[in-house]
Amino acid sequence: MNFGHFFRSTVGIATLAALLVALPFVAAMGGQAWVRILDFAILYVFLALGLNIVVGLAGLLDLGYIAFYAVGAYTWALLASPHFGLHWPIWAILPIGAGLACLAGVVLGSPTLKLRGDYLAIVTLGFGEIVRIFLNNLNAPINVTNGPQGITLIDPVSFGAFQFSGTTQILGFAISGPQKYYFLLVALAILVVIINLRLQNSRIGRAWQAIREDEIAAKAIGINTRNLKLLAFAMGASFGGVAGGIFAAMQGFVSPESFSLIESIMILAMVVLGGMGHIPGVILGAVLLTVLPEVLRYGVGPLQMALFGKMLADPESLRMLVFGLALVLVMRFKPAGLWPSPVRRRELQETGK
Amino acid sequence: MDIFLQQIVNGLVQGSIYALVALGYTMVYGIMGLINFAHGEVVMIGTLVTITVAGTLIKAGMPVAVAGLAGMMAAVLVCMALGWALERVAYRPLRNAPRLTPLITAIGMSIVLQNLAMMVWGRNYLTFPSFLPNMDFELAGAHFTAIQVIIVLVSAATMGALLLLVYRTKLGMAMRATAQNPAVASLMGVNINRVIAAAFVIGSALGAVAGVMVGAYYEIAHYQMGFMLGLKAFTAAVLGGIGNLAGAMLGGILLGIIEALGAGYIGDLTGGFLGSHYQDIFAFVVLIVVLMFKPSGLFGEKSGDRA
Repeated sequence: MNFGHFFRSTVGIATLAALLVALPFVAAMGGQAWVRILDFAILYVFLALGLNIVVGLAGLLDLGYIAFYAVGAYTWALLASPHFGLHWPIWAILPIGAGLACLAGVVLGSPTLKLRGDYLAIVTLGFGEIVRIFLNNLNAPINVTNGPQGITLIDPVSFGAFQFSGTTQILGFAISGPQKYYFLLVALAILVVIINLRLQNSRIGRAWQAIREDEIAAKAIGINTRNLKLLAFAMGASFGGVAGGIFAAMQGFVSPESFSLIESIMILAMVVLGGMGHIPGVILGAVLLTVLPEVLRYGVGPLQMALFGKMLADPESLRMLVFGLALVLVMRFKPAGLWPSPVRRRELQETGK
Repeated sequence: MDIFLQQIVNGLVQGSIYALVALGYTMVYGIMGLINFAHGEVVMIGTLVTITVAGTLIKAGMPVAVAGLAGMMAAVLVCMALGWALERVAYRPLRNAPRLTPLITAIGMSIVLQNLAMMVWGRNYLTFPSFLPNMDFELAGAHFTAIQVIIVLVSAATMGALLLLVYRTKLGMAMRATAQNPAVASLMGVNINRVIAAAFVIGSALGAVAGVMVGAYYEIAHYQMGFMLGLKAFTAAVLGGIGNLAGAMLGGILLGIIEALGAGYIGDLTGGFLGSHYQDIFAFVVLIVVLMFKPSGLFGEKSGDRA
């Protein structure tokens, strides 16, 4: 694969930048709905890269990642909506959301550090469910989260007078709300990519990978496994918190339904399907798994009409069926993910598996 | 006191169902270290098959009890076939893949099965035919119905049969050997492929029985019912120490009772602050607390960290 080299060259970066800038305008030709899908793709890239720190680098299987996203989203929703009559600015809320999510990560992490592999998975899963159930029920006796109805009319992102919702004219271009969010999200995603890249080859990143490969050996060579595992949890959680805040602002609405277990599982699927621990792979996985269901949503119905002349199966369930099959098939033929890191690929080939 | 006994009875019934489903998770996990996320969906398909078969037979004029039994047989057969196919198609090719790969496959299969079920049975709730007259017994102030008695008895009998199979037959011995060390077991002449397939088939059969009983108990079924049930059952298996048969049974029953008691008393305990809709968090809170003190579950063997 020479993609890696290509993206590191100046020409490659320039091409990539041009593509990223042009993308929302191309998508807008198909309607603003596609720009919104693009926004979500980038948001999931952000989330998946956050989870990649926990699962891909440190090797801690976290099935409750969505809980941190929920903490971030509800922090934004409560501090910037008519629900409590608060309208705090973004530079106050985002750090608070990230901080609370980070705290939640430490709270979850500290009692579970001695658990191994799948035990950790089920505990994190349970934690995610606990958070969701509380969000669902904390509307009585004191109404904190407004229960299953969720919180509406959440403030959009704004910097001073610059609003991210609605269309604005910039240099004669009309830029729609979703397009503005797109650029904000891309900026954030680039930031998290850089953090991931820097971490990967840092002392901390190498220590994480050592823990992933063999915890006992890592401990023996003097790595403080407890603190480093906590750090991985806390860092992944903070990214989840930031993503949650942006999600709340972008949607203008949050409800517990958005934070169910299946969401955690989807983000994990993005990481594993793309190629665990390999940043381009994770990005590919996140984009594919966000865009594929949407393409299927628009494609499955008309395709049936074209092939059989009538609707044989409910398009909604058919699209999820195809999606599930795609997960199974990719894992069957690319067990290390679609775009695994070169090291990992070599390992798999050497053992002849 | 009456409430206490009543909740113990209810918990025991729910717990027996959890235990049966948990066995399916724990058998597969014990032998190949895989969380078979699609197991809950196998249970759901068991329930729905029973509804279709029994419903059709009842309409054709068969006695209700016979139709019920026939429905259950059909469910067991369909689920066994499904379990076998799952292993063969989805998991066997991945036996040497990285650890998380089969997990994603399991999730994919779970999505596939749910949506297949939705296509076949529709997205509405289905009512389960009632097989039994509404009898009500009373013992020491606790009420229980005929179906509750049957659920506990059938679960106990099924679990007894499983224990006999695992500890008294050659296949069982092969399964235990494979769980300990697949490579060595295969050197001793154990056919690993057959043993793993058997674990899936048996686990699915237990799941089908559980599915029939869930349907008969709540008299309602839905294509999404398998998910939460599977999650709780998996929690139960981990609570007991995953990979351990007795642990899964006790974990299931314990979880059922804890949930029932929790739902019955949480209002009083917190002065009305938290209501019974917090029922679902008990399973997870108990799990987290137990694992904090016993990191490999209540009855799990202390597993070394060596690979």
